[in-house]
Amino acid sequence: MPQQVSNRIEWALLLLAVLVPFLGIYPIFAMKLICFAIFACAFNLLLGFTRLLSFGHAAYFGVAAYATAWCRLRLNLPTELSVLAGVALSAALGFIIGMLASRRTGIYFAMITLALAQCVYFFCLQAPATGGENGLQGVPRGSLFGVLPLQSDFTMYYVVLIIGLLVYLGIRRIVHSPFGQVIKAIGEHEPRAISLGYSVDHYKVLAFVLSAAIAGIGGSLKALVLGLATLSDVHQSTSGEVILMTLLGGTGTFLGPVIGSSIVITLQEYLSDSVGSWVSVIIGCIFVVCVMLFRKGIIGEVEAYVARRSSKTNA
Amino acid sequence: MKTLDFKASRWALALAAGLGVAFLGQAHAANDQVVIGDIDDMSAVYADVIGPTGVEAIKMAIADFGGTALGKPITLLTADHQNKPDIGASKYREWADQSGLTMLLGGSNTGVSLAMAKVAGEKKVPFFAVGAAGSSLTNADCTPYTVHYTYDTTSLANGTATAMVQGGGKKWFFLTADYAFGTQLQEAATKVVLKNGGTVVGSVRVPLGTTDFSSFLLQAQSSGADVIGLANAGTDFVNSLKSANEFGISKTMKPAALLAFLSDIHALTLPAAQGLTLTTGWYWDLNDTTRAFGKRFFEKTGRMPTMNQAGYYSSTLTYLNAVKAAGTTDPDKVMEALRAAKINDIFTTNGYIRKDGVMVHDMYVMQVKTPAESKAPWDYYKVVRKMDGEEAFGPLSDSTCQYAK
Amino acid sequence: MTTILGYPLPAILGQLILGLVNGSFYAILSLGLAVIFGLLRIVNFAHGALYMVGAFVAHIILVNFGISYWFALIVAPVAVGILGVGIERAFLSRLRGLDPLYGLLLTFGLALIAEGLMQQKFGSSGMSYPVPALLQGVYNLGFMIIPIYRLWVVVVSISVCIATWLVIEKTSLGAILRAATENSQLTQAFGINVPVYLTATYAFGVGLAGLAGVLAAPITQVSPLMGSSLVVVVFAVVVIGGMGSIMGAIVSGIILGLLEGLTKVVYAEASTTVIFIIMAVVLLVRPVGLFGRE
Repeated sequence: MPQQVSNRIEWALLLLAVLVPFLGIYPIFAMKLICFAIFACAFNLLLGFTRLLSFGHAAYFGVAAYATAWCRLRLNLPTELSVLAGVALSAALGFIIGMLASRRTGIYFAMITLALAQCVYFFCLQAPATGGENGLQGVPRGSLFGVLPLQSDFTMYYVVLIIGLLVYLGIRRIVHSPFGQVIKAIGEHEPRAISLGYSVDHYKVLAFVLSAAIAGIGGSLKALVLGLATLSDVHQSTSGEVILMTLLGGTGTFLGPVIGSSIVITLQEYLSDSVGSWVSVIIGCIFVVCVMLFRKGIIGEVEAYVARRSSKTNA
Repeated sequence: MKTLDFKASRWALALAAGLGVAFLGQAHAANDQVVIGDIDDMSAVYADVIGPTGVEAIKMAIADFGGTALGKPITLLTADHQNKPDIGASKYREWADQSGLTMLLGGSNTGVSLAMAKVAGEKKVPFFAVGAAGSSLTNADCTPYTVHYTYDTTSLANGTATAMVQGGGKKWFFLTADYAFGTQLQEAATKVVLKNGGTVVGSVRVPLGTTDFSSFLLQAQSSGADVIGLANAGTDFVNSLKSANEFGISKTMKPAALLAFLSDIHALTLPAAQGLTLTTGWYWDLNDTTRAFGKRFFEKTGRMPTMNQAGYYSSTLTYLNAVKAAGTTDPDKVMEALRAAKINDIFTTNGYIRKDGVMVHDMYVMQVKTPAESKAPWDYYKVVRKMDGEEAFGPLSDSTCQYAK
Repeated sequence: MTTILGYPLPAILGQLILGLVNGSFYAILSLGLAVIFGLLRIVNFAHGALYMVGAFVAHIILVNFGISYWFALIVAPVAVGILGVGIERAFLSRLRGLDPLYGLLLTFGLALIAEGLMQQKFGSSGMSYPVPALLQGVYNLGFMIIPIYRLWVVVVSISVCIATWLVIEKTSLGAILRAATENSQLTQAFGINVPVYLTATYAFGVGLAGLAGVLAAPITQVSPLMGSSLVVVVFAVVVIGGMGSIMGAIVSGIILGLLEGLTKVVYAEASTTVIFIIMAVVLLVRPVGLFGRE
C-alpha cells in the first residue's frame, strides 16, 4: 500500500516537472533542483541503503563540476564527453576514498571521509587549474552529441530532466537488483552479511563508487546549467546540506532525497534574498527536529503512516 | 484502499495545480522600466566599505533624480553575494531573466565582479563595477557593457606604490589576499616598484577573511624587506595592520596601504593609522560640493561616505542621466550615451567613460593625519598629490581590452 | 643568518612559537572533545560553535556591562557550561543508546543554529576584543617579537589541560566518570546518579571550549564563524590522539600545532591540510589513534 502512495506522488511530481517551463517557474532554478536531487539520491544510496555516512560527499559533486567545466573551457571537449569525464573523475575519487575509508566503520568511516574531503577542498583551492577562489566561470553549454544546442534554458531543462529521470530509475534498479539486496543486507546487519560469505568490503567500495559517480552526474550537469564550478561545490557546508536533504526527505526511500533536496534548495533560494544567516538557523532547526522527532524523514513518515492505516483497516 | 489511493492522487494533482497557479503570477517587467540591481557584500569582509550603507547612497541618487525615469517608477533590487561568485552571477542572471533588470551596480569583491561581468556580456545588462579593484575588468575580462567606476588596481599602484618607492622604500614584501583582487593588485604594484628601481623580495598569499596574520607577518619580517605591501582590503587590511603594529613589524618595515578606505581608517583609529600613504578616488573634505554631499550622507546614515559609497551615488545618477539622454533602456543605446557623457557631479568634475570601460577621473594620493592634525571626527586625510585621470589609469593604448581598439 | 635546509632559523623558531600558541588552543579544544567522546560517546560537532559562544559572552559582557577579561575567564566558561547542561538534558540524553551518528548530526544542526543566530545579530565580520592591560606589551626573543598575551595563552591552556588530566585519571571523581561510561548500569547499581554525571561531563567539556573562546578573543576577531573552520581541525586532532584518550588529545594538540607551524615555513597554504593527511594516515595505520586504547 505505501508503494502505491509513493507511486501517485511520483506521477504527480513527474507531471509537475514536465510542465515547469509553462508554469512560469524559473528554469535555471528548476534545473538546479534536479542536479541536487541527483546528488541527494546518490548520497542516499550510501546512507539509506548501505548505511554508510559519508561526511564529505560534496567532494565528488564538486570535482565532477570542475572536471566538466575544465574540459569545456580549456580542452573544448564536446559536452557529453565533458560530462563523462566529470563522472569518471568522481568515480575514481570515490574509489580511492572508499578504499581508504572502508578500512574502518561507523564514526571513524565518517571521519576519514571528512578528512579526505578537506584535502580535496584544499587541492581545488590551490591548484591553478581550478581557478582558486574564483572557480571556473563562463562554461559554455555546447550541444548534445553535436546536434542539439543547449543554450536555450528550455531545451537544457528537458535534457536535464530526462537525465534526472534516468538516474532515479537507475537507482531503483540498482537497489532492487541482487547487488542492491546485498548492500541492504550489509546496511542492516554487517556481521550477518559477513557470515553469509559476502566479501563485504568489496560491496561497500562498489556502493561508494556508484554513489560518487552518480553524485558526479549531478555535479557535471550543474556546471553546465549554471556555467560555473566554484569552491562552494566542494565545501564542507555542501556536504552537510546533502546529509540534511536526505535526512529530511527520508533515508532509505527513493522519493525522500528528491523531496528533501527540493525543500532545502527552495528555502535557500527564497530566503537568501532576505538575510542569508536565517537560512543557516532554519537548516539547523530542521536538522535538530529531524534527528530528535522525525528520523524517518518526510517520505518515510508518509509511508509509515499509510502502512499503519492500511494494516488497521486490514485487521 | 481505493479510497486512499484516490485521495492521495487527488491531493497530489491539487498540489501540482496549486503550484502552477502560484507561479503563473510571475512578474515580467515592462519594457523601458528602469530596474536597478545592487549585488554586494552585505555582511562580511567588505560590508563596511559599501554594504547596506551603500544602498542608502543609491536611494539618495534615485530620489535626487526624481524617483521616475521615462515616466515610470524606478525599482531597486538588492542582494548579498557573501563573497561567492556563484551567488553573485546566479542572482544577476536571475534578475536579468525574471525581473527585467536594466542595470547592475556592485561587486566589491573582484572575483565575484569578474563572474558578474561575464553575465553582463551574456545578458547585455550594463554593469557598473564599483568597489571591485581588479583592472582585468577593463582589460582581459572586459565586455561592451562593463563600466569600471571609482578606482582600479592600476591607479592604486600608480599612486601609492610610486609614492612609497620614491620615498625610499626599495625592497618590497607582499601580503596578498588570495584571490583575483590581491593577485592583480600585487602585479600592478610590482610593475610600479620595478619601474622605479625597487625590488620585490617575496610574497605570501593569505586566504580572504583571515583574522590572525601573525605567521604571515613573521614571514614578511624574515625576508628583510623595508616595505610590507598590504595587497588586501576591508577587514583583512584592518587586521593585518593591527597585527603588524602588535608584532612590532611596523617599526622595521613601512606598511604600504595599497587599498584603504575611510571606513578602515575609522576602524583602526588615527593613532594606529597615522602616517599611512594611500590613494583614493574621492574624499568628502576636498571641496564644498563634496562636503555638502558628505554632510547629507552623514545625516542619513551616521557615517561619512567612503569613495565607493559616493561612487554608488554618482554611477546611479550617471546611468539615469544616460537613460534620459538615450530615451530608452535599450542596453546598446544606453552604453552609447554613457560613453558620450561628461560626468560632472559630487564625485568628479571632469569624468568620462572610455572605450575600455574605465571611468577616467582625478585620483588623489593622501596621507593619514596624526591625531594632533585632525580637527574633527572623520577628518583623516591630507592631500599629498592630485593625479590626473590619464596618469592614474594609464593611457587607453595600454589596455588589452578587445573593445578598446 | 643560520639556516636549516635553506630556511632561516629565526623564521623556523618564530613559526614554532606561533605553532605552540595554536597548539595550545588545539589541546584545550580537543581535550573537551575527547572528554565528551570518551565519557559520553558523543561526537560533539557543536564544539566550535560553543567556543565561539564563549568568545561572544566575553565580548558582550565587556561592551555592555564593562566586565573585564579576568571575570570573563570564569563567566564565559560557566555560561557555556550551563548552555551545555541545557543541550544535554533536552537533546543528547534522549539519543543515548542510538547510533552515535545521530548525536553527530544533532550537534551539527545545533552548531548551524548557533552560528546563524550570531550572524543575524552581529554580522559576519568580526569585532575586536582588547588585550587586557596587564598582558599587553611584547617580549623580544631576538628572532621575533612575541606579544606577552600569546605566552599567557600557552601557560593557561597547558595548566588547564594538566589539571583536567589529573582529575580524570587520578581522582575518585574521575574514576566514577570512567566507570559510568564503561558500564553505566553497574555504576548506577552502586547508587551513583549516572545521568547527572553525564550531564556534568558534557557541561565541563563545552565549558573548556568556552574558555578557549575567551582566550582566543584578543587574538582573532570575535566573529560568528570563528569556530566552524576550527572544529573540523580539532576533530582531526582528537582522532589522531585517540578518541577516548585525554593525554592523547593534549599531546597531539600541541604536536600538531608545532607541525602546522613548521609547514608554514615550507608551504604555508598547506598548513591545515597537513593535519588531515596525518589523520588519514593514522586512521589507516593505527586506527585507535596514537594514544588510544580500545
